[in-house]
Amino acid sequence: MVPLNYYLLLSGFLFACGVAGFLIKRNIITIFMSIELMLNGVNLSFVAFAAHWHALSGQIFVFFVMVVAAAEAAVGLAIIIAVYRTRETLNVDQVNLLKL
Amino acid sequence: MTPNLHLWWIPLLPLIGAAINGLFGKKFSRPAVAGVALTFCGAAFAYASYIASRFSSLAIPYSETLAHWMRAGSFQVDFAFYLDQLSLVMLLVVTGVGFLIHIYSVGYMWEEGGFYRFFSYLNLFMFFMLMLVLGSNYLVMFIGWEGVGLASYLLIGFFFLRDSAAAAGKKAFIVNRIGDFGFLIALFLMIRHFGSLDFSPVFQSVAPMSAETGAAGLLTAIALLLMVGAAGKSAQIPLYVWLPDAMEGPTPVSALIHAATMVTAGVYMISRSHVIFERAPMALTVVAVIGTLTALFAATIGITQTDIKKVLAYSTISQLGYMFLACGVAAFSAAIFHLMTHAFFKGLLFLAAGSVIHAVGGEQDMRKMGGLRKKIPWTSWTMTIGTIAIAGIPPLAGFFSKDEILWRAYQASWVYWLIGLITAFLTSFYMFRLWFLTFTGEYRGSQDAQRHDADTPAAASVPHGGHSHGVHESPMVIIVPLVILAVLSFVGGWIGIPGSLGGKNQFDKFLAPVFHASTPALNSAHTMPGETAPPEQQTEGPEPQTSRTTELTFTGISVVAALLGLGLAWLLYSFQPELPQRIADTLNGLYTTVLNKYYVDDIYAAVLVKPLLAISTKVLWHGVDQNVIDATLNNSADGARQLSDSVRHMQSGNIRSYAGWVAAGAAAVICYMVWLGVRAQ
Amino acid sequence: MLHLSLFLIFGAICITGAINLLVQRHPINSALSLVVVMGSLAVEYLLLGAEFVAAVQVIVYAGAVMVLFVFVIMLLNAGEEEQTSGSRVAILFGIPGMIIGSVLLAWVLVARSGTGEVALGALPGSPRSIARLLFRDFLLPFEVTSVLVLIAIMGAVVLAARPEAVEHTKKEG
Repeated sequence: MVPLNYYLLLSGFLFACGVAGFLIKRNIITIFMSIELMLNGVNLSFVAFAAHWHALSGQIFVFFVMVVAAAEAAVGLAIIIAVYRTRETLNVDQVNLLKL
Repeated sequence: MTPNLHLWWIPLLPLIGAAINGLFGKKFSRPAVAGVALTFCGAAFAYASYIASRFSSLAIPYSETLAHWMRAGSFQVDFAFYLDQLSLVMLLVVTGVGFLIHIYSVGYMWEEGGFYRFFSYLNLFMFFMLMLVLGSNYLVMFIGWEGVGLASYLLIGFFFLRDSAAAAGKKAFIVNRIGDFGFLIALFLMIRHFGSLDFSPVFQSVAPMSAETGAAGLLTAIALLLMVGAAGKSAQIPLYVWLPDAMEGPTPVSALIHAATMVTAGVYMISRSHVIFERAPMALTVVAVIGTLTALFAATIGITQTDIKKVLAYSTISQLGYMFLACGVAAFSAAIFHLMTHAFFKGLLFLAAGSVIHAVGGEQDMRKMGGLRKKIPWTSWTMTIGTIAIAGIPPLAGFFSKDEILWRAYQASWVYWLIGLITAFLTSFYMFRLWFLTFTGEYRGSQDAQRHDADTPAAASVPHGGHSHGVHESPMVIIVPLVILAVLSFVGGWIGIPGSLGGKNQFDKFLAPVFHASTPALNSAHTMPGETAPPEQQTEGPEPQTSRTTELTFTGISVVAALLGLGLAWLLYSFQPELPQRIADTLNGLYTTVLNKYYVDDIYAAVLVKPLLAISTKVLWHGVDQNVIDATLNNSADGARQLSDSVRHMQSGNIRSYAGWVAAGAAAVICYMVWLGVRAQ
Repeated sequence: MLHLSLFLIFGAICITGAINLLVQRHPINSALSLVVVMGSLAVEYLLLGAEFVAAVQVIVYAGAVMVLFVFVIMLLNAGEEEQTSGSRVAILFGIPGMIIGSVLLAWVLVARSGTGEVALGALPGSPRSIARLLFRDFLLPFEVTSVLVLIAIMGAVVLAARPEAVEHTKKEG
C-alpha cells in the first residue's frame, strides 16, 4: 500500500527535471527529450489518479497523451532536421534569427 | 393702436447688404457693389424717415419683441427693439449721416482695391450701430456695442498690408475691450440686483430708489462701470489713445465711425441710463470731470498737430468731452443735441478733409498745403461752414448746442464753465489754424509740379490710383454729400434755439418725455422765460433762478471766445506766419511735450503694454503652454516610449529566455493556485 | 510491503535516469537515460495495475519514439554540447521559478498526507476494458487523434525531405 502522494511526488520530480533540462540544455534534441520527460511525469500522475479513483478514463487519457507525444516527436524531429540543414548547428542559442 | 412697426427691418437691411457684398461682392462690378450697399443703407434710412414722419401717431415708448433669446430661470432676455424720442433722434442721425457717407465713399474709394470689402464692412457697421441704438435691453445694445468695435477694427485696418494700420486696428479693439469689461461688470450687477436687462424693468426698479448722495452704493458702482465702458467707446481719458491712431483708416471711416456715430455710442448709453446716473451724484461728478478734462486735454494737443486728420481726431475727442460734461451735469438733452450737431459738422469736416487730401494727391500734412481756396472751391466752402460751425459762431449749429452745454455747466459749477470756455476758445483757434493753413496763403505742396509722390506714408491711406494731374476738385458724388452736410450744419441748430434767444427749444421739448419722466425733484422747478413750461415740475438737472440777461451775457462771452480764437489763428497763421515757430522755440519743452501728446502713449506702452507682453511671453507662453501643457504631452509620450523600450528586451529571439519566462509564469500561476487552495482550507 | 519496496526501487531508477539526462553532455547518453526512465515508468504502471498502458509505454514510447530520437541523433551526428552563454533569463527566472513551483507542490503533497493509498494492482487495465472505453465513450477523440497522426506523418515527411527530392517528386508528377 503506497500512499498516493508518493506517486505524485515522483511525478512532480520528473516534471521538474524536465523543466530544468529545458532551461539548462543547449542541444535542441536534448531539449526535446526533456519535453518527453515532462510528458512522462504527467502520464504517471494520470495513472496514479486513475487507480486512486477507480476511473479507467485516466488510462485512456494516458493513451492519448502518448499518441500525441509520438506525433509531436515526429514532427519536431523533422523540424530539427530542417533547421540543422540550414543553420548547420544544433545549438539552440544560435537559432536566433528573431533577435531584434 | 400702434401697428407693428417691424423695427427689426432697419438693422436687417444693412446686414443683408453686408452679406451680399461680403459673400458675392468679389465677383460684382464696382457699380453693382456700390448699388447694393447704397440700396440697403438707403432703404434703412427711408424706413427710418417714414417712421419719423408717422411718429406723432405712435404710442411712445414703443417696443417689440422679435424672438426669444435666453431663458435662465427667472432671467430672460429677448431680441427686442425699442423706439422712443431718443432712439428716433439717434436713428435718424445714424441712418442719415451714414447714408450720406456711403454715397461719399463710392467716389472716394473708387480707385481702391477691396472695394466690395469696404462696403461690406460699412454695411456691417450700420447693422451693429442700429442694433445698438434700437435695442430694448442692455444685451442687444451690447451686441451692437461689441459689433461696432469689431467693424471699427476691420475698417481701421482696411489697408491691412500696412503695419501701422493693422496695429491701429488692434489698438482700437483692445482699448475698446477694456471699456467693455467695465460695461459687462455693470450688466452683471444689473442682472444680480434687478434680475433683468430690459430697459423698462430696470429703470422701474431703479426709479423708487433714493439718490446716493452720501455714500457710494450699488447705483454708483453700476454707473461708474457704465462710464468705464463709455470712456472706452467714446475715447475719454484714460481710454482715448486709440482714436488718433484710428486715422489710419480711410477718411469716410473716420467720418462715420470716429466722428458721427460709433464714438457717440457712449453718450447715447449714458443718456439712456440717465435714470441710474441721476441717482448716483458721485458718478455724475466723475462723468463731468472726465468730460471736462478730456475736452481741455485734447484741445491742447490739437493745437500742435500737423496732420489734418489728427487735428480733427483730437477735436472729436474734445467735443465728446463736451457731451460727457453735459451728461455729467444731467443735461442729457443738451448732450444729445450736441451729438447731433457734432455728427453734422464733424462728419462734414472729415469728409471735406478727405476731399482736400484727395485733391492734393494724398498729402495729409497741413504744412504742405495752403492756398487751396481758389483751387477747390466747393470743398473749401463746405469746409469753411464746418469750421465756423464747430467754432461755435452763431447762427450755425455748433453755437447753439455748445452754448446750451456751457450754460448748463455753469449752473452746476463755474469751474466747468470756465474750462469749457477755454476749450471753446482753443477749439476755435485750432480749427481756424487748420483753415488758414489749408486754404489760405501760398500752396506749399508739390502736387502742382505734376510730380506725384505716392510713397509718403500718408498717401497710402488715401486712394490714388495713379492720377497726378495737379490739385483738382473732387467729383460730384463726393461734393453732394458735403453740400448736404453743410446745409445741415448751418440749419441743424435751429431746432434747439433756447428761449432766451427767442426760440422755442423744440429739441429739448421733444426729448422731454424721455428725460423728464423719472427725474427726482433734485431742484426747484424753473421755467425759462419765453419758453412754454413743461406740464410737470420735474426738470432735468439743476436750474436755479437766473435771469435772461445773465444767460445772454454768457452767450455773448462764448461768442467772444470763439471770435478770439479766430483772431489769434489769423494772427499767427495768416498775418505773421513766422510767429508760431518763434513761440514754439521759446516754449520748447512744453511745446515738445504737447506735440508728443504728453507722452501718454509712451507711458502706457512702458507701464502696461510691456509688462503684459512680458508676462504673456514668460509666464503664459513659456511657462504654461510650453512647460506644462506641451511638456505633459511630450513627457507622457516619452514615458510610454521608455517603457516599451525596456519591455522590448523580453522578445530577444532567444528560445531559452522564452522558456525561462514561461517557466517563471507557470510557477507564478502554481503559486497562486496553491495559495488559493490553502486559503480555502 | 512488496508494493512499497518495488515502488521505491523503480522510483529510484527513474530519478537517477532523470538526473542523468540532465547531467550528461552528449545527447546520446541523455537519450539512453531517457529510455531507462521510460522503462522504469512502465514498471510503475504495472504496479498500479495498468497493464495495457505499460505495454504501450514500452512498445511505443521507449520502442518507437526513443528509437526515433536516437536515429536523429545519429543522423545529425550530434556531438557534445558546446558551452554557450545563452540566456540569462532562463537561469535567473526560470530555474528559481521551477524550484519554487516544485517545492510548493511537494510541500502541499507532503502536508496533505491523508489523501489515501493505492493498492497493488489497484485498477486492472486490461486491454478488453480499455478497448471497451476507447471505442465507445472516447470514439470521437480516438478518430480525431488518428487524423492528427496522419497530419503529423505528412508534415514530417514534407519537413524532413531534401529540397531536391521535393522538386524531383514534383517533376515526376
